[in-house]
Amino acid sequence: MSLTKEQIAQRIAGELKDGYYVNLGIGIPTLVANYIPAGINVVLQSENGLLGMGPFPFEGEEDPDLINAGKQTITTVPGSAFFDSAMSFGMIRAGKVDLTVLGAMEVSDQGDIANWKIPGKMVKGMGGAMDLVASAKNIIVAMMHTNPKGESKLLPECLLPLTGVKCVKKIVSDIAVLEITPQGFKLLERAPGVSVEEIKAKTAGRLIVEGGIPEMKFD
Amino acid sequence: MNKVVSNADEAIRDIADGAVLMLGGFGLCGIPENCITALVKKGVKQLTCISNNAGVDDFGIGLMLQHKQVKKMISSYVGENAEFERQLLGGELEVELIPQGTLATRCMAAGYGMPAIYTPAGVGTEVAAGKETRNFNGKDYLLEYAFDADFAIVKAWKGDTDGNLIYKETARNFNPLMAMAGKITIAEVEELVPAGKLDPNLIHTPGIYVHRIFQGMNYEKRIEQRTIRKKV
Repeated sequence: MSLTKEQIAQRIAGELKDGYYVNLGIGIPTLVANYIPAGINVVLQSENGLLGMGPFPFEGEEDPDLINAGKQTITTVPGSAFFDSAMSFGMIRAGKVDLTVLGAMEVSDQGDIANWKIPGKMVKGMGGAMDLVASAKNIIVAMMHTNPKGESKLLPECLLPLTGVKCVKKIVSDIAVLEITPQGFKLLERAPGVSVEEIKAKTAGRLIVEGGIPEMKFD
Repeated sequence: MNKVVSNADEAIRDIADGAVLMLGGFGLCGIPENCITALVKKGVKQLTCISNNAGVDDFGIGLMLQHKQVKKMISSYVGENAEFERQLLGGELEVELIPQGTLATRCMAAGYGMPAIYTPAGVGTEVAAGKETRNFNGKDYLLEYAFDADFAIVKAWKGDTDGNLIYKETARNFNPLMAMAGKITIAEVEELVPAGKLDPNLIHTPGIYVHRIFQGMNYEKRIEQRTIRKKV
């Protein structure tokens, strides 16, 4: 069984360490906040200018001056801080943010990422994605392993215009966890019931399989 | 020294066709609603707008797009706007998309009197095309120039008659950066108080950067994505 979006988020949450400052992108990455393990305290950064992002507000308590980078109404947690957008990207550029989680359309086996533009379609813009991928120390990508046509999104080279080069460290897809190494995608874990052969078949880039590959476990 | 003007119409009185404007805000959060309305009323055209986003169809900079007042948008993200897409695909509108941090830092550079900055954002992508690249400590960076804007138009929470400004929550975003960067900076505020009434320890934008200030009115503060959770 391939993972649900919630399970992808839950698996990524397992990478969080106590004290991390974390930037979560739009989509599946946002869901990671719902699965922060007990005993682990992380501070969520929103690149429009907030450290200490909390959950969505209760109905009637929405504040139009308080939104996240996806323009959603949010709340703050105790100890939060506001700042301007230059400082926000300053802390990203200076490597102060420990982990960045974002989505991708394609990732290459060298860690290049494409997630902002499809030629021929309306281009909405890169937002903060290029700044994040160019500077973040640790980037985990949450993505589907294949596109709706069944074609691999883990490629030898990205076909779409790049967002950044040689920056992705790890991928959690709906069927596997992989690390980017100089030799290509290294398979670390597989989704429950998904075979190594299926992952091989769905990975177009170089794939390294060493020894037995454990299944992911979910509570 | 009198920086106080009576309203948005007076604040934008000398913005002419072809001007280069910076407009604060992220999405619809912290945008100068009063001045946008006044610009639409004045009908100035051929504007270049530097702003992170382009509003939505019927609010924010979207209103200026509706009236075909914008020649060029310089932004990081321009989704959520069908009229924008129509004008862009029809060749009526130019757009320059740049990374959000680069946008913020090019504003900052202008306000700090620096001609350019180096950033790694966009290295190895189409954003790097034609730009000077330099390697520092083993990593490549792009040279990006400070913006040069005729007017910066910002929105603050509180301001005083000397032009000192305080922003609220994430409505701060690009506002203080742009306030520093305009040749002429116009600030609209939710609450205008006499100089001396704001705590100097808490000022975000010192008044030296602000040329005109006025008490704004009728703020709609539209929410773009209303997300809530249920009480259990």
